[in-house]
Amino acid sequence: MSVITIERKVLEKNEQIAERNRELFEQRGILVLNLVSSPGAGKTSILEKTFQELRGSMRIAVIEGDVQTDLDAQRVARYGVSVVQIVTLGGCHLEAKLVADALGNLELDGLDLLFIENVGNLVCPANYDLGEALKVVVLSTTEGDDKPLKYPAMFLNSSVLIINKTDLIPYAHCDLDALKRNALQINPALRVFEVSCFTGAGIPEWCDWLRKKDLSGL
Amino acid sequence: MHELGIAQNILQIVQQSVAKELEADVREIRLRVGQLSGIVPDSLEFCFSVIVNETGMKRARLRIEQVPIISRCKECSHRFQMDDLGFSCPECKSVSLELISGRELEVVEIELADGNDEAV
Repeated sequence: MSVITIERKVLEKNEQIAERNRELFEQRGILVLNLVSSPGAGKTSILEKTFQELRGSMRIAVIEGDVQTDLDAQRVARYGVSVVQIVTLGGCHLEAKLVADALGNLELDGLDLLFIENVGNLVCPANYDLGEALKVVVLSTTEGDDKPLKYPAMFLNSSVLIINKTDLIPYAHCDLDALKRNALQINPALRVFEVSCFTGAGIPEWCDWLRKKDLSGL
Repeated sequence: MHELGIAQNILQIVQQSVAKELEADVREIRLRVGQLSGIVPDSLEFCFSVIVNETGMKRARLRIEQVPIISRCKECSHRFQMDDLGFSCPECKSVSLELISGRELEVVEIELADGNDEAV
């Protein structure tokens, strides 16, 4: 028997492309956020509220990732932002190459913010760098306060946590303090926002943070 | 959930590392898989066994070394294995921890049969 030493990362190709994406974003001064969550947590609703709040003050584009349909792209296009839809046809996450290809269909000049809305899945997207500045994980109160402990990699690899559907706390039997405690136990550096897309609570604070583009401490 | 894509990446790396005429000699591909990598070893082995049959490496099998989650306390430098995430340092209770291992997903080595091995 003979042995060849390899020592190569399985995802090295993805990481190389992600790094090229990141360089491009940094050169152009675009803040790129990778939005991750389980399906139905409210990523698209948060984007809609964000666009309403930031209309006229920041130039924003979106890359939408879904397994099927361009329904999300249709939803966000109503707010006058540039949008490109990626349909993964079964793929459970976005990869850096898909994002790099999508950039060819976006006008990057003058952009302030680019959101990449990942495929709804709390597992796989955690391990794929797309070239974003940081990952923003959305968790809704109806999913239960134990989710950070059950899907630790996602909360460990994210820098911001948006707790959505706070208006449903009385009905969802969600312990908000326990949710935050669980998330911060996994990742004490998480910046936490509490929002309700139904009432609009918390959206101004989240948008203020976006306007400042202040990533210090994250 | 995406073990099929990972298995394809592993095959590509092996094919880039081994000359075409030696592919039939590949017996074992040694991987390091961290507990935070999101990979289920059984599922990866199953996906690999299916797609490897489409290549010239039909006798290749995976050997997966699972890497535990090891943290180092930033306060007291104590190193410890985390069987569950989110615990504080067992020595000083600090929650300021640095992850030392657990994210790995690497092809480490490839073992090839030599001509002599075939005769045995």
